[in-house]
Amino acid sequence: MAYETVKGAEQAAAVPAGWQGLADDWSADRQVFKNVPWGKAMMWIFLLSDTFIFSIFLTSYMTVRMSTTVAWPNPSEVFALTIGGTEFPLILIAIMTFILISSSGTMAMAVNFGYRRERGKTAALMLVTAFFGLTFVGMQVFEWTKLIEEGVRPWGNPMGAAQFGSTFFMITGFHGLHVSVGVIILTIVALKVLRGDYERSGNYAAVEITGLYWHFVDLVWVFIFALFYLW
Amino acid sequence: MAHAKGQQHPISIYLAIWGLLFVLSTMSYLVDYFGFQSYLRWSLILLFMLLKAGLIVSFFMHMRWERLALRCAILAPPIAVLVLVGLMTLEANYTLLTRLVFFAKDF
Repeated sequence: MAYETVKGAEQAAAVPAGWQGLADDWSADRQVFKNVPWGKAMMWIFLLSDTFIFSIFLTSYMTVRMSTTVAWPNPSEVFALTIGGTEFPLILIAIMTFILISSSGTMAMAVNFGYRRERGKTAALMLVTAFFGLTFVGMQVFEWTKLIEEGVRPWGNPMGAAQFGSTFFMITGFHGLHVSVGVIILTIVALKVLRGDYERSGNYAAVEITGLYWHFVDLVWVFIFALFYLW
Repeated sequence: MAHAKGQQHPISIYLAIWGLLFVLSTMSYLVDYFGFQSYLRWSLILLFMLLKAGLIVSFFMHMRWERLALRCAILAPPIAVLVLVGLMTLEANYTLLTRLVFFAKDF
């Protein structure tokens, strides 16, 4: 009997009440994703929700483009640039695509060097990734400025269907925001790597989690490039 | 085990995927450059898009080395988007038809 009471008391002590209890109930001893740090699992779940946001944007773009009776502006011509007297269709967008893919490559290598605990190389590659991201945003600013000067507005444009402007600014704007946030996160984590924050714990998962976010930004661009610019 | 210490793979894999992504991007740009139209254009665009997305998710985001529990939890839900796309296709066609019948006198 006495033994039972002691055991009961021990159990009560092991299961805390209140907010701590709520956090423990949802986390302790209930591991679904084995060998995956919780931060990484949470990043994946965030990316899943972000996938739905971009899917809904692209689906609404599809709906308005299919249902308009006015001709859709030809993206190949709208985004063409004249370089040295020759007009290249969609060239700026192609360059932006290559820049973002390159940034994904440097990011993947940064994750690798992080787990090898080569701090200098990891931070350098992350900063290169951030620089590519900044270049991308810079080119997007150029693209927006060019289109706004040509009279493209969210409510109309001189080339065709009015919905072109609203979907363009919404989709590329939201993606550009993601890139900008990514550049900030990359810079912060790179500085933390340099300072040796992860050296103390020996855990470089933060670099991989940042990498997941960055690759997702590249992934979304693959879909925007294909469905908005090439279609 | 490699997983316990995080994702650790040879750099050469990343470089190979990087190169493939460059080739696929160039090919999708060439679809526009050569001015392919209609079903040939759309199928090529979708093919290159899905190949690129697959390479990024499976190699750069390490999905192919994750356990099935995580892969299913993340990759299965987006399939629901296809239902939305299907419904909105019906809706868009209906809207277009209504507009043509009632509003667009010039068409």
